[in-house]
Amino acid sequence: MGLTKQSTGSGVLKELLSAPPGREGEPVIALAGNPNTGKSTVFNSLTGMNQHTGNWPGKTVAVAQGRYRYGGRSYRLVDLPGTYSLLSMSAEEEVARDFICFGRPDVTVVVTDATCLERNLNLVLQVLEITPRVVVCVNLMEEAARKKIRVDLAKLSRELGVPAVGTSARSGQGLDELKAAIARVAAGEKTAPRRVAYPREVEAAVAAVKPLLENLSGAAVNRRWLALRLVEGDEALLASLARMTAGELPPGNRGGDGMRDAIAAAIVAEAEKIFRRVVTLEQDRGPDLGRKIDEALTSKTWGIPLMLCLLGLVFWLTVQGANYPSELLAGAFARAESWLAGQAFWALLPEWVFGLVVLGVFRTLAWVVSVMLPPMAIFFPLFTLLEDLGYLPRVAFNLDHYFKKACAHGKQALTMCMGFGCNAAGVTACRIIDSPRERMLAIITNNFVPCNGRFPILITLAAIFFGGAGGAPGNGLAALTVLAMVLVGVAVTLAMSKLLAKTILRGLPSSFILEMPPFRKPQVGRILVRSVLDRTLFVLGRAVMVAAPAGAVIWLLANIPAGGRSLLAYGAGLLEPAGRAMGLDGCILMAFLLGLPANEIVIPIAVMSYLGMGVLEEPQSLAALRDVLTANGWTWLTALNVMLLTLMHFPCGTTLLTIRKETRSWKWTLVAFLVPTAAGAAACLLSAAAARLLGLV
Amino acid sequence: MKFQQIPLCALPLGGAGIVRELAVSGATRRRMLDLGLVQGTRVEAVLRSPAGDPKAYRVRGALIALRSEEAGQILVEYPK
Repeated sequence: MGLTKQSTGSGVLKELLSAPPGREGEPVIALAGNPNTGKSTVFNSLTGMNQHTGNWPGKTVAVAQGRYRYGGRSYRLVDLPGTYSLLSMSAEEEVARDFICFGRPDVTVVVTDATCLERNLNLVLQVLEITPRVVVCVNLMEEAARKKIRVDLAKLSRELGVPAVGTSARSGQGLDELKAAIARVAAGEKTAPRRVAYPREVEAAVAAVKPLLENLSGAAVNRRWLALRLVEGDEALLASLARMTAGELPPGNRGGDGMRDAIAAAIVAEAEKIFRRVVTLEQDRGPDLGRKIDEALTSKTWGIPLMLCLLGLVFWLTVQGANYPSELLAGAFARAESWLAGQAFWALLPEWVFGLVVLGVFRTLAWVVSVMLPPMAIFFPLFTLLEDLGYLPRVAFNLDHYFKKACAHGKQALTMCMGFGCNAAGVTACRIIDSPRERMLAIITNNFVPCNGRFPILITLAAIFFGGAGGAPGNGLAALTVLAMVLVGVAVTLAMSKLLAKTILRGLPSSFILEMPPFRKPQVGRILVRSVLDRTLFVLGRAVMVAAPAGAVIWLLANIPAGGRSLLAYGAGLLEPAGRAMGLDGCILMAFLLGLPANEIVIPIAVMSYLGMGVLEEPQSLAALRDVLTANGWTWLTALNVMLLTLMHFPCGTTLLTIRKETRSWKWTLVAFLVPTAAGAAACLLSAAAARLLGLV
Repeated sequence: MKFQQIPLCALPLGGAGIVRELAVSGATRRRMLDLGLVQGTRVEAVLRSPAGDPKAYRVRGALIALRSEEAGQILVEYPK
């Protein structure tokens, strides 16, 4: 998930509706569909626009737009949030429903999953009640063929009365036919949408209400559909309608659960009828491999250990693989620096310019890139691979019980996993949790899992102080240490959720309903491109944007004298007593404070203040870094506590701003700042006191 | 064959029952209906998480995880 274009709720609709309709006569195509149908892949394949797609419910919370050309004409494509229905009350469903209803798209494409068509037809039938201008895209056809599920598209098209096109968006199959069908419907081809037959009492109520709607001005909304919503008393829709039309609505027959059930059941029954006619499951389907894998991944004995092994493997590959390219990059930057330093024009400039630009900005940048890029370029693709396979919903399934015990939502396991990539992205992902209380819990505790800006600190320190042997076994030990830290993070997440749920965020757990999509064959090539472009470069870009000015500021702090010392040393001196009590020192605390914009620069700042040279040193190897740190009194306890503090301290600037945006409250942002900071300080104080008491240091 | 009504969460792994009643209301009921959990729907218990709860059920081709709190509100008919 990118950090761009994130907005949901009615604001988006307003934006979409008021957006200029693009070029003259450009048809607007809405893309609707259940989550996990590959809707975003269809969107990307059609528009060529890059957007992150994932494998879990409600992932596409943002509304993306793009254009494509077909037959000499340009089309505007609007990717609506994935929804199961247009009848419910979540923000996503409201956006999708309101756009189809009031946005008057020229064509609405409903993307469905060929392997799970019955459930998907539910949404198709609901959309057909609103608008006749529909194209049904039956996606994942290859997947269905593998599972020996046959869909008769011609028959489906006849049954629904609108074009039905089979696609495999991942391989690009069927997209031309899809575009052709969209073009035909956009050009005004007649359709004959199937109408759901409701029980007599529902039809009678609709017949009674419908005439009252005839004079409704403004909205070109299907009267029958509106009458149905009135009959079942859909409050959210009535509110939207009042906003959109400013018209008077007749009082509906607020039917309550009875009417509502009858309507929902009739649609489900109709979907089942169509499904039975158009889908054939071949008899001999062989052993259900997906189910076997699922049973292993969620088994009582193996579920949790397998999860830890997978996570450990990811860390080990990251530690093991990142070393060499990191040193290669560091070497390249060192050569670039000496070339830069050798340029004649420095002689024309004051000396401090050279210090600021080369020793401040350039060295900080070089450090951030060479330390961060290799682990990210390994970690993100691996993580995206797990995501693409559909493993993350299994993690949520395995961990839900513990989250329930902590009075939190099971989907918090998903947002926590997103936090491993980037906490700001994790905070945004918390939108998938509907209950405001549980969403707040997930937002405040998201920072307890290390993001990719903090992993390098954990990995570097683990490699230096806990992977003593070096080589593969040493890296194995280092990976285990990182894994242990992550487990501490998860444990603190749960404990802190529980503590908050018992104090300032009191309440009972809300309902947990999570779809576990089938395993999908990942597309390795696309994963590489996507994770490198969308995640690695995004996070790196952000880090560089922050690191460059931070490098300048740090250089200034280290070089502006204050009472005989530099400002940096002065600040570190002030923090020294607190640092000592926490098993750290003042330089480290100062580094964490200055690292607020981006945690990636914490270690460089600490090293810079140790060397007291006012410049960021670039230790060419881990050994050089170890020498600097141990020469300044670092022990295993210092390393441990720095790792604990890395795991638990205030979120970075970007994450704080994201929290402010998501909660719309400075108060909760402050809570999200204080909670992990207090936890980290307490953990460090405790571990330092314990180690001293036991005489371990 | 004799049938009995049991809560969905009591369905043994691999067993299948027919939905008879949803004893929930409001948003959760809506969500269940959207997923096709209406009266007469066949539901099979497929997976149990390591802690025993939640469980995942096969509903109209999709795999849906439910906590026992929710699954306990769904009454299914199951052969005795």
